[in-house]
Amino acid sequence: MIPKMLIRGGRVVDPSQAIDDVRDVLIVDGVVAEVGAGIELPEGAQEIDANGLVVTPGLIDVHVHLREPGGEHKETIATGARAAAAGGFTAVCAMPNTDPVVDDPAGVGFVLAQGTAAGAARVYPMGAISVGQEGKRLAAIGEMVEAGAVGITDDGNPVMDSGLMRRAMEYAQAFDIPVADHPEDLGLSGYGVMNEGLVATRLGLHGKPNASEDVHIVRDLLLGDLTGGHIHLQHISTAYGVEAIRQAKARGVHVTAEASPHHLIFTDERVEGFDTDAKMNPPLRSPEDRDAVREGLADGTLDVFATDHAPHHYDEKEQAFADAPNGIIGLETALGLGLTHVVAEGLLDLSTLVHRMSVAPAQAFSLPGGTLAVGSPGDVTIIDLDEVWTVDRDVFLSKSQNTPFHGWALKGRARYTIVGGVIVWSVGA
Amino acid sequence: MSQPSSSLGKDLVGLESLSAEQILTILNTAEPFKEISERRIKKVPVLRGKTIVNLFFEASTRTRVSFEFAEKRLSADTVNIATSGSSVVKGETLVDTARNLEAMRIDMVVMRHGSSGAAKFLAERIPSNVINAGDGSHEHPTQALLDMLTIRDHYGKIEGLKVCLVGDILHSRVARSNVFGLLALGAEVAVCGPKTLLPRDIAELGVTVFSRVEEAIQWADVLNVLRLQLERMEAGFLPSLREYNQVWGVSSAKLEQAPGDLLILHPGPMNRGVEIDSDVADGPHAMILHQVTNGVAVRMAVLYLLTGGAPDTAEAAKEGAEG
Ligand SMILES: [Zn+2]
Repeated sequence: MIPKMLIRGGRVVDPSQAIDDVRDVLIVDGVVAEVGAGIELPEGAQEIDANGLVVTPGLIDVHVHLREPGGEHKETIATGARAAAAGGFTAVCAMPNTDPVVDDPAGVGFVLAQGTAAGAARVYPMGAISVGQEGKRLAAIGEMVEAGAVGITDDGNPVMDSGLMRRAMEYAQAFDIPVADHPEDLGLSGYGVMNEGLVATRLGLHGKPNASEDVHIVRDLLLGDLTGGHIHLQHISTAYGVEAIRQAKARGVHVTAEASPHHLIFTDERVEGFDTDAKMNPPLRSPEDRDAVREGLADGTLDVFATDHAPHHYDEKEQAFADAPNGIIGLETALGLGLTHVVAEGLLDLSTLVHRMSVAPAQAFSLPGGTLAVGSPGDVTIIDLDEVWTVDRDVFLSKSQNTPFHGWALKGRARYTIVGGVIVWSVGA
Repeated sequence: MSQPSSSLGKDLVGLESLSAEQILTILNTAEPFKEISERRIKKVPVLRGKTIVNLFFEASTRTRVSFEFAEKRLSADTVNIATSGSSVVKGETLVDTARNLEAMRIDMVVMRHGSSGAAKFLAERIPSNVINAGDGSHEHPTQALLDMLTIRDHYGKIEGLKVCLVGDILHSRVARSNVFGLLALGAEVAVCGPKTLLPRDIAELGVTVFSRVEEAIQWADVLNVLRLQLERMEAGFLPSLREYNQVWGVSSAKLEQAPGDLLILHPGPMNRGVEIDSDVADGPHAMILHQVTNGVAVRMAVLYLLTGGAPDTAEAAKEGAEG
């Protein structure tokens, strides 16, 4: 029996209902029962004083790698779900590029069960597009959705066969899930390990041109035209890609897309000195690309702010640049970065950032939540906009420390993360 | 255990971070060391008691032997570690290797590694001096230094000369170190090769780009002809060695069109009949064996300077000859 909870006197920012005002939020039996002024504290209810704090629908990260099964030395579903909660996320979508790949209903059930057992952020499994993510034949898409998968993707080993991608986008429509793609033509990427350009040339590192991403963004958008299916484009990093998505949306393609914190903040200059915490895929690109991604997030071309949380053990990152794996962790820094480097810099207002981190991800993947409407899940993030804190990877709840933001001072942080009316994380807890 | 600071700093990772003055210091210090190699007893006690590990993750007989001669002629104790048939096995990371070396209290490491940035990586993790003997496609500073010394021997200067690197610039650490070093010393630099083997935005470094070797020959005072790795064809960068030789290979017929004195350098080992024809390699323009000789002197200079030797006492140091 879940106790009642009253969140008292916070500034409720719920873009799904166009609310930005001081309200109380009452959660009963794990769902939102009332949002209003001067709600009386029910008997036996837990009261949270949110005076001076911001109360939003729970934040959702639709792009995380939790590494379990197979990569438990990097992260487990439990550590990842707790890291998510510590970052203010009430739900995450777990990528299926594990070992074994989540490409059948048993794999989906495993991720769901581990997520439930963790008792932190909700964990929604994603299934693979193709068996083993080998790009050859369709995985058990219907059965995986039946088991609880919220979307499919071959992120980590993207589908090169455009015919197979077309079939996936056609087939998935029966199940109302998006087909998520890491858009990258692996042939064009070659053995590139960073953005192709002057920095790569100087460092003697092989580059991936923007075209390697753009070719597949355009392919997927054309397949959207062809099939009418929902394509979700992951971690967009190029100016051309942003513009292509903008145009596709204008002509009615069913496309949603992500922007990742690092692509909004860094350029390939960050690779200088061969820092492997600046190695990710897609890579950090030019200043023009970074600015276009920012613009895309601002105007909603990129609907969703998602981290691509990619934990790696320090042994794996502690190598020469070309030999280290791609990716950085993001769950415990995304909100602070969004508030400090997106909202405080005037790119988005607070309500729009909450939209990109809650409403839009819920809509893109048809997830419960993303709103404080009465009857929706009691998933709430309570944010202290004024807290100045320093990123310290040594105290992360994530099992890994691979972040380029270590030591950064950020302003704004989740104070409480509430899932189904239960506090799963709070500052100092 | 800390090393004495030198005019170069602790390590020689690349030429990009060096000033013109530092590069000239190395070249000038190499001059007195050239002479030691001409003696009957080719040994001075400058590095007596110093332990140097030559750590080669990639095979390179030529560079390793050159370093080893340089080390031995300065009386250092040397150990060679190569990936094949040694304790450096797959699975042992570069970090572990670094820690092991540190634990053995060696003074200096000369490293060749297949990954760009590996030398910097090691240098940041051990107190010993690190000399980069080639890291991936990044830098090979001693090769560029010996190339520059050879050019200077012939022309008496570097500044104002036109030097063109020909061939696979994309994968070449020799090319990058030459570009950085030559530009620092005021040379004009060009690159020439098929576009598939030219790195993106290379012109932004301040180099001229030629697509045909005939243009380079018209322009240059020096051609530095790079080795073409035969794997490049399988990877689809080129159609065939025959075609490469016809279009970008340096032949005496093409050299006849040179308007003036033109020096031919090659870092070796050569693919005769591919990037360079035998009559050129063995002809009057070629400085290839002179480069090999200078390689030992330049490496002696680097070893000497990094271990705290003063540039102006190099002349005196060589007088401490044994025997
Ligand atoms: Zn991806």
